[in-house]
Amino acid sequence: MTQTRNLIDTNGKRTDGRGIDELREVKITVGSVKNADGSAFIEFGKNKILAAVYGPREVHPKHMAQSDRCVLRCRYHMSPFSTDTRKNPAPSRREVEISKVMRESLEPALMLEDYPRAAIDVFVEVLQSDGGSRCAGITAAAVALADAGINMRDLVAACAAGKVDEKIVLDINDTEDKEGGADMPVAYMPRLEQVTLLQLDGRLSPDQFNECIDKAIRGCKMVYEIQKQALMQKYFGNETELKEEV
Amino acid sequence: MKRRYVIPGDKIAEGNFRPLMNVIKAGNTLIATRIGIAETGRDGVKVIPLSGVYIPRVNDLVIGKIIDHSSLSWEVDINSCFSAHLPAQDVFGRDFSPARDDMSRHFAVGDMITARIMAFDRTRDPMLTVQDRDLGKIPRGEALKISATRVPRLIGKRGSMIQTIEQATQTRVLIGQNGIVVVTGRTPEGIKLAVRAIKMVEEEAHTANLTQRIKVLLNVPDTPPQQETSRAPVGGVPKSEEIESTADEVEEELEVDEK
Repeated sequence: MTQTRNLIDTNGKRTDGRGIDELREVKITVGSVKNADGSAFIEFGKNKILAAVYGPREVHPKHMAQSDRCVLRCRYHMSPFSTDTRKNPAPSRREVEISKVMRESLEPALMLEDYPRAAIDVFVEVLQSDGGSRCAGITAAAVALADAGINMRDLVAACAAGKVDEKIVLDINDTEDKEGGADMPVAYMPRLEQVTLLQLDGRLSPDQFNECIDKAIRGCKMVYEIQKQALMQKYFGNETELKEEV
Repeated sequence: MKRRYVIPGDKIAEGNFRPLMNVIKAGNTLIATRIGIAETGRDGVKVIPLSGVYIPRVNDLVIGKIIDHSSLSWEVDINSCFSAHLPAQDVFGRDFSPARDDMSRHFAVGDMITARIMAFDRTRDPMLTVQDRDLGKIPRGEALKISATRVPRLIGKRGSMIQTIEQATQTRVLIGQNGIVVVTGRTPEGIKLAVRAIKMVEEEAHTANLTQRIKVLLNVPDTPPQQETSRAPVGGVPKSEEIESTADEVEEELEVDEK
């Protein structure tokens, strides 16, 4: 991770014109996959990711079923056309890892013990990638799970923070991820105030680490508001308050 | 009664309330676990969900399809993540003998049945019974699936919605709480229209003035004359009112759009 050029200019603007505390534009559409029990499409900057949830449904193969809880299965996949050079569609080491961390970051929010002997399948398909796709994937998957009507303690929102030009910045994009100093994806349950995913690629001093995690959590809270709005929009339209009946 | 829209993780109330349905209690706060309409009443707090698959509950009336049978029971698909079992003893009586009694005389693979969930405790698959009035094989009809969360809306307040559809299209509509609906009628046009109306209810369940729009679709005047006598009686088909009445309790609370 050696830095070759300035990623923050003299005006304090980053390569894509954002300030250091600025999130990329996030847009979430709920219910974009009709066949799934729950789904969401997220545009997180240039990332375009589709998440679909099936279940609770029967477990196949049957031996995978747990008698006291539901099995959560996640698949993160990047489509061959999601990157500038063709990506081999076979699951890579990186995708297997992201599938695993994604599952582990969603599990604490789900009340899996409510659906014993069943399975919930979460499919996250990256259609276009631009750094931070695991965070965007987790965010979309959480919305899709809520859309599928699965009992949840809280939503999960995810956002990365990192170090660029010795400065801690929010929401790292692809260039900053490749050329910057550090990248730290964080998934967070805003109501429970619990972190469900914390990864770090790069080096940070203890002070920088604290600043970085604070910033990432602040980012998660911003993402959470967007998730909330997207779900409200799908189910209740523009009404936010229920009119009391006479 | 206080009502509001919630998503998972939303605080509904604080204080000494009892969590009833889709609500968890963390310390002194009550938190929603599903998307839906939260209701704070005297007996506790609950969330009426607006999405989700069917999870069986004891005493639910369901419509299922026989998918297999062993020497002692039938396996029934009830549109859930658990397949249900109908024991042969339930049909033949306690002295059922696999050697003497021919199970295929009653139900064959592919038959649709209405049944009640007798037992289900999540450690075992749900057990069905057909030993009640109007339960058993459905001889004919057009089956369709809707989301189980839309069933109360399809029935409407005291069966108003489904009665409107039945009367206007001269059909009988059987509704299982698992979201399977069977439409029977004399004319194919009537059935087709009823199916269209049911699908419309499913898609627009959460919108206001739905009954009005259904009436427009079915060409019904605003205050329809009582047509009880002109309803087509279909022999052997259980009365839909039976099933409706058990769904009543859920449905009453869900009626938010009817003004």
